[in-house]
Amino acid sequence: MQEFLSNLSVYRDAIGQTFYIVLISMAAGGVLGLVIGLALYATRPGSLLASRPVFIALNVLVNIVRPIPFVIFLTAIQPLILAAIGTTIGTNAVTFALSIAAAFAVSRIVEQSLLTVDPGVIEAARAAGARPTSILVTVLIPEALGPVILGYTFIFVAVVDMSAQAGLFGGGGLGNFAITYGSQRYDWPIVYITVATIIVIVQAGQFIGNWLARRALRR
Amino acid sequence: MSGSTQREPSSDPTRSGNHERDDRPGTSGTHAPVPGRTAMTSVSASEAGQGAAPAAAHVRLEHVTKTFPAAGSGGRPLTALDDVSLEVSHGEVFGVVGHSGAGKSTLVRLINGLETPTAGRVYLGGRELTSLTERARREVRRDTGMIFQQFNLFRSRTVAGNVAYPLKVARVGQPERDRRVARLLDFVGLLDRAHDHPEQLSGGQKQRVGIARALATEPSLLLADEATSALDPQTTSEVLDLLRRANRNLGVTIVIITHELDVIQSIADRVAVLDGGRVVESGSLYDVFAQPRTEAAARIIGMALRDRPSAATLARLRLTHPGRIVTVRVRDRAAFQTALASTFLSHGVAAEIIFGGIGELQDRPVGSLTFELTGPDGAGGPDGAGAVDAAITALRADGVDVTEEPAEEG
Repeated sequence: MQEFLSNLSVYRDAIGQTFYIVLISMAAGGVLGLVIGLALYATRPGSLLASRPVFIALNVLVNIVRPIPFVIFLTAIQPLILAAIGTTIGTNAVTFALSIAAAFAVSRIVEQSLLTVDPGVIEAARAAGARPTSILVTVLIPEALGPVILGYTFIFVAVVDMSAQAGLFGGGGLGNFAITYGSQRYDWPIVYITVATIIVIVQAGQFIGNWLARRALRR
Repeated sequence: MSGSTQREPSSDPTRSGNHERDDRPGTSGTHAPVPGRTAMTSVSASEAGQGAAPAAAHVRLEHVTKTFPAAGSGGRPLTALDDVSLEVSHGEVFGVVGHSGAGKSTLVRLINGLETPTAGRVYLGGRELTSLTERARREVRRDTGMIFQQFNLFRSRTVAGNVAYPLKVARVGQPERDRRVARLLDFVGLLDRAHDHPEQLSGGQKQRVGIARALATEPSLLLADEATSALDPQTTSEVLDLLRRANRNLGVTIVIITHELDVIQSIADRVAVLDGGRVVESGSLYDVFAQPRTEAAARIIGMALRDRPSAATLARLRLTHPGRIVTVRVRDRAAFQTALASTFLSHGVAAEIIFGGIGELQDRPVGSLTFELTGPDGAGGPDGAGAVDAAITALRADGVDVTEEPAEEG
């Protein structure tokens, strides 16, 4: 415990880094994933911008990237990280990789949420003379907002999880703190405090997500 | 909200603002439907004239066929519409009736260009839809409202937001949009529900929102796809009243697609009967319903009128009525039944009404009566048979539609 208190500023920095990694990854991955998810939805056969080649290409790409465990993905795309960030270690490198991983996870969630929208309302929007891209933005996203928010909440939890894993790669944040100050020094209170902190962050995120989704669904 | 048909200028959403409707032929002034129109649709007349359809037609389908590719590898291609030709005039209510799966929904979706025909042409206000780009078709859709069986309201928007949507699509500015939304909600009687969400409304109210949304851009044409099929009879008649008001007060041409014959009977001026993807009959509501000329149409319409005995009923009737059984179609003429009676009397034929029904369609009688006819010497005797034949011949000579019900087989 004495150890923990003497490292309090490191702990605070670790929390800050975790928030930095998670929030930037959620923002960048969220937007990119939304775009990929919309594209997946819109290009599937019979949909608004049906295009078989584009759909198949996207579908295969998402299916390749998504099942790869994050730590392996992080290693595998090191050349890409190096090219984009200039280094393969540290917080920014991890954030970059995490953004990409989050984007592919989000894309499936977005696609699935959009598929729950009643085709009848799309028909109504088309009958009103709306453009397909306009229907995607002004009809489909609002209609699917509840499931989309819950999906993003799910991904948020996964991103917190992955950010902690990235601690192994010197990515900073709470995972890194738990390893370097906790388990590697056999200081278990630090490990448990870190775990508790992560649980609090996850719970808070889930609570906020549920609350927003309820508002969107008016239930 | 009453079903009144008088003009209600205060609730007329098209009142203010100039509008391109003014220069459309045949829609200026009053827009009373023309129930007396009996002319059959003639397509061949204009087949030679490529391009522009005659100004009179609002919607016009020329030999339209729509085939959907086979679903899955084992399936067969589905022909939803097969060589369909029809014409809808400005300002009328045109009903398309048929069983589910008869291609009705495909038909409406061809009219606003949501589907493209496999063969044939679709004209809307003289413009040929299939020759237009998708962009131009979207413009056409903004002048065409559509309502649906399941209402298809946007759950994420309020009632007012739903009605405003087509106006946003058409880039109508905020102040004008608000004015029109208020006027339309007043027109459908839901002004007080403007800020509610669709799930707070009953089915009938949802459809009224659907109608307000469909009328938002002041379209000249309204397509109704089974618009009342999810509603109970009371709500159905309210929605039909509203459609009638839209037609009469706003001059909107309505194409209504339904399997509900009573809906067609209560609102349509002219009608087409769709069976197996083909138009088996079309014409004025009265002509088609009172006197279907094809067996398929008679089968579909007979279900609505229930004026003719079924085979099973006929078999039962024969047990107690040994004479010859004929069914006479009721005509819209003065003293029709008096004339029938005197014909039978003058031939010495006893006529007993054993089945039938007379209803009213567009204020004219419609239906049929089934008689057991017995000659002076009984049904079996040669004199009797001769007298019955003579009476039937006399009736037919007088233009009466007489069908002898076939003797029971075996």
